[in-house]
Amino acid sequence: MALLGQTVICGLLLGGMYALIAISLTLIMGVMKIINLAHGSLVMVGMYVTYVCYRAWGLDPYLGMLVAMPVLFLLGCVIQHFLINRLLEVESVLPENQVLLTVGISLVLTEVIRFIFKSDYRSITTPYAGEALLVGGMSVSIAMAIGFVIAMVFTYLLHLFLTRTDLGRAIRATAQDREAAQYMGVDARRVTVITFGLGSALAAAGGSLLLPLFYLWPDIGHLFTAKAFIITILGGMGSTTGALLGGLTLGVAESLGATYIGMGYKDVVGLVIFLLVLLFLPHGLRSLVRR
Amino acid sequence: MHRYRIWAAVAFALLALALPFIFNSPYYQHMLILILIWAALGTAWNLLGGYCGQVSFGHAAFFGLGAYSAGLLYLHLGASPWWGLALGPVVATLVSLPIGLICFRLRGPYFALAMLALGEIFRLVFLNWISFTNGPRGILMVATRPGKIPFYYLALAILGLALWWSYLLIKSKFGYYFVSIREDQDAAEALGIPTTRYKLYALLPSAFLTGLVGAFYMNYVAFIEPNVVFSLGNVSVMIILVVILGGVATLWGPTVGAAIYIALGELFRAQLGAANVLAFGVLVCLVILFLPNGVVGEVDLFKRLLGGKRRGDVGGSLGSP
Repeated sequence: MALLGQTVICGLLLGGMYALIAISLTLIMGVMKIINLAHGSLVMVGMYVTYVCYRAWGLDPYLGMLVAMPVLFLLGCVIQHFLINRLLEVESVLPENQVLLTVGISLVLTEVIRFIFKSDYRSITTPYAGEALLVGGMSVSIAMAIGFVIAMVFTYLLHLFLTRTDLGRAIRATAQDREAAQYMGVDARRVTVITFGLGSALAAAGGSLLLPLFYLWPDIGHLFTAKAFIITILGGMGSTTGALLGGLTLGVAESLGATYIGMGYKDVVGLVIFLLVLLFLPHGLRSLVRR
Repeated sequence: MHRYRIWAAVAFALLALALPFIFNSPYYQHMLILILIWAALGTAWNLLGGYCGQVSFGHAAFFGLGAYSAGLLYLHLGASPWWGLALGPVVATLVSLPIGLICFRLRGPYFALAMLALGEIFRLVFLNWISFTNGPRGILMVATRPGKIPFYYLALAILGLALWWSYLLIKSKFGYYFVSIREDQDAAEALGIPTTRYKLYALLPSAFLTGLVGAFYMNYVAFIEPNVVFSLGNVSVMIILVVILGGVATLWGPTVGAAIYIALGELFRAQLGAANVLAFGVLVCLVILFLPNGVVGEVDLFKRLLGGKRRGDVGGSLGSP
């Protein structure tokens, strides 16, 4: 019983951090209507920025995050302004060209990082990394608990931003109907640039929270891209609450899979859930509620 | 015009047959075989992704299944992996049938994501099912090897088959149905085209050819491993990039793309060392931004740049804007 409890709690905490990454993805997908396969690479770049802060100045990853977020915000704005927005003006046979462009971007980001840092596995050790809380026979990692709390705070702040500020409303309006928003005086191009920047910054935050728990290497981005997509599809596109629920579900499903089926099949569980949801619950978990 | 085309085709075929003797060193012959492998993969993908517009990010599944059909025959039954050339494509086609029936319910980007997930599921299962597939240790074949030249002609034959089938399909009503599905699925449905069935007609030959190339790869390289043959980055995505580079929905685009991809890849590797994948990534972004329809697809543009005459019909890209 303690094993089951611990598995579920561990899954929930991890899922909360995954959810932050997925929320930043769903924000981008909602506004731009594109599939951003470079998302995991943005998470990875954010993790490296935090890592550099830790190595160079001994900055704790939870503080390094505050450096990584503005850096990634700028990177995201640049990518959106000079690459993705440009592509909207190009005529081509396949609309999926945008997806391929993000593949190209992810390739470039990964290789630039590999060029600078090599393919070595890196990790950081914080004084509290090995600590654990003991609750009724179950041990809960401190790093996971802190990460979870910060992820939830960011999610709440994003929610406030999207619902209470003018810019947030403009972003939501653009996501709902780009043309209608433009008629109302929203500068849609600027909104897409800011959204991509914001999404990248949140992705960096999610990555930094996971940094004390994961090994870091240039290809880790693919892992996060896959997870973020599973969660987004699970939660329904463009829904913050959905992404949060999806993240928690994936976290629990993965840790149950790892405990009871085997570590190697952990990722298969997530992918199978992804396919099933894609096929049978096209609006994500919301379709269950509606019935 | 027609006669000119036939002579051009004959000259091209003779050149293709003579190439391994012109480049008479194992290194260049290896490059030529790689070009043929990628050209055949690209041509197969192009049927489904280019003409029919169903962008698959999971063709590594069919490639890997073809390769593992040959590999597992050798591992478990001790049979010559050459039998894989017969079994591989059949297995890939059989597996593609349920995949198609399920995934064609999804459209556009969602189909792409579903195929991506399927490809990864195959990779993870083959990686973890150690008792059957040997897992991450892979399958190493120890056998006497007939030099490069037989492999070259076999690969050429496979590419020929792929191009021939594509040509037949594209020039028949199937081709028009495929393009109509790509351009507007609802309109195609309204005109009475059974869209799911025609998408399957594009997927089945595509999977068959991809499986065939996979089986050939096992015979040629003699070592396979799930992370190599089911790779998302190095197989599924690269196939798409080869097609984009050469020209989506053009008959010769994938072949041209494969030649450029392999040649530039080698050049980058020789000149730039560790930065070769980086250079390739930059190239991909540039091509998508400035040559969105690939080298063959933008023939018009090149002709205009060179000051020549404009040609109305661009390769095989029916109905492209």
